[in-house]
Amino acid sequence: MMTIKDLVNAPERLVSGHRSCAGCGFPMIIRTILAAAKGPVIVSNATGCLEVTTTVYPFTSWNVPFIHSAFENASATMTGVTRAYKAMKKSGKIKDDVKFVVFGGDGGTYDIGLQSLSGALERKEDFVYVCYDNGAYMNTGIQRSSATPKGAYTTTTPAGKVEWRKDLAKIAIAHDIAYVATASPHNFMDLALKAEKAFNTKGPSVLIVLSPCPLGWGSKTDQSIQIAKLAVETNFWPLYEYDNGKYTLNYESEERKPLEKFLETQSRFKHLLSPESRNLLKDIQEEIDKKYDELKKLCKE
Amino acid sequence: MKIEMTGAQAVSYSMMQINPEVVSAFPITPQTDVIKEYAQYVKDGKVTSEFILTESEHSALSVLVGASSAGVRAMTTTSSAGLAYMFEILGIASGQRLPIVMNVVNRALSGPINIHCDHSDSMACRDSGWIQLYSENAQEAYDQTILGLKLAEKMNIPVMVMQDGFICSHCFQNMEVLKDTEVKKFVGTFKPEYSLFDFKKSVTFGPLELTDSYFETKKQLSLAMDEVPKEYNKISEEYYKLTKRKYAPVEDYKAKDADYVIVALNSVCGLVKDCVDELRIKGIKAGLLKIRMFRPFPYNAIIKPLANAKWITVLDRSESFGANAPVYSEILSTMKAKDKIVTSSIYGLGGREIMKEHIMEIFDDMIKPKGKNLRFINSK
Repeated sequence: MMTIKDLVNAPERLVSGHRSCAGCGFPMIIRTILAAAKGPVIVSNATGCLEVTTTVYPFTSWNVPFIHSAFENASATMTGVTRAYKAMKKSGKIKDDVKFVVFGGDGGTYDIGLQSLSGALERKEDFVYVCYDNGAYMNTGIQRSSATPKGAYTTTTPAGKVEWRKDLAKIAIAHDIAYVATASPHNFMDLALKAEKAFNTKGPSVLIVLSPCPLGWGSKTDQSIQIAKLAVETNFWPLYEYDNGKYTLNYESEERKPLEKFLETQSRFKHLLSPESRNLLKDIQEEIDKKYDELKKLCKE
Repeated sequence: MKIEMTGAQAVSYSMMQINPEVVSAFPITPQTDVIKEYAQYVKDGKVTSEFILTESEHSALSVLVGASSAGVRAMTTTSSAGLAYMFEILGIASGQRLPIVMNVVNRALSGPINIHCDHSDSMACRDSGWIQLYSENAQEAYDQTILGLKLAEKMNIPVMVMQDGFICSHCFQNMEVLKDTEVKKFVGTFKPEYSLFDFKKSVTFGPLELTDSYFETKKQLSLAMDEVPKEYNKISEEYYKLTKRKYAPVEDYKAKDADYVIVALNSVCGLVKDCVDELRIKGIKAGLLKIRMFRPFPYNAIIKPLANAKWITVLDRSESFGANAPVYSEILSTMKAKDKIVTSSIYGLGGREIMKEHIMEIFDDMIKPKGKNLRFINSK
């Protein structure tokens, strides 16, 4: 099991000089996850902020082999890489043990890339899929996705999103894969250990990581980690894992903080805190509590 | 070795002999016979390919983008809507200069939905940066798959090999195949310039290229395409030594001295050849110019065979609604400048049959013009 020392001493695989925004969540998420991969690793990436900010030709921030193909096909692209690996292992062309990881945003995962991901999970392709989830299409300028929380402002939901978020973890688990976990960058050791577990899992595994986005969330750039922490402490983003059929909650607050504590840090939720939105806010709080109770029950089973 | 196979079986057989490391596909009529055969080769241990049956054609080609970037041979096959669904990835494969080979069994695009042959699927992809090779019969589809692989790897440009759905793909034809060892020797081992598995020099595949470099990437592809006919000829020369079958970007079937020439591609060429032979017996100088390579278009190769023609009719099995049909457009732009009469006839959309009488009607109208409207052949 990796230690904080391993994490600190791990080689930098996504190096500085990339163009992501101040306070963006994904650089720390990516670096932590890649630090947990022992030995050589290959990255596949869906179109999105991550790819756009790290691969502006002729520069690259990737110190590891990297492939981007399109928005919706990162899982299929990685399937080709892992199967080529299998073929080359068979023929003796490759001796190294290689790890494979896909990074996709919530748009590239919950929406346009869901079919490609589902296909790969069903075929039990051997790679780690990481969704860095900032809850909207941020690369194109903040449009709603099926991961956008109910009530959130985006440029295509100017009055706030009407629908609930899609539950990606449930969808992944329904494919009967071995390992699925949620994580948050504020708890980096939890994230690193989950990544290590995922890399050591045979077949596919899925990590869904909350990725603060100051631009899209309307939050302060120096508050991203604090906000991620509040997301967990309010149970908006519970930390849990599904490991070979067993659910575990990785963080339990003694007393959950009210949702407002999380919402008030971001202007995308500003209207939810007005007196007229009282009922909507109550609905959202109830839904969060209900889902958390369901999760706790699963963890006791 | 002489053998009887359908067009679908023939290309599956060539894929088996090539034995690419990765084959990925999704079933669609009439391509299904290709992957059914291949699945059997996998089961029987005749190939060692990783065989991936994806949840869509979009993913099937995406898998190959990953596999080819990893540095292995990667092949697929599709038809119609499947090719349309791959459209986005076609440009990525060619833009990344990946030598993927795909067998296309031509079928009409929806809508209305139709399972029969026309060329609307592959013609819609003519500007996607892939080399396009059209095949008259199972023999040509087989040969051009093997030739095409070598061409793709020489040029780092993906190749599509076309054959007509059902007409070619499902009809048993007499043909010749090479020995497995001959094919393996001919295609050699694939040595990619870059691979994702080079951990000493990590490469970023598929970067963002904006106003300062995208243009040059596309320009390089365009300039490389210009070299393709020459390379095709070189490879076909080598293939000729092995098979005694001669391949060129176009086939001049009695066209060079002909007064009346039909230009066409794929299976209808067999029928046109019969008609040409019949007219020649009557002393009429009729001919056929068969286009094998449609992308890049071999402009230089068509000038000589069409030099003596008084009248050229171009047959297209696809439309470019509101504009000149694809093959016609190319011939017209080259031969109109040479003061030739060049006319267009659309035939066979959605599998509408084309018979000898229809081809003869076209020739008759060139020989003794009666002012007939032959824009659409055998249509109501």
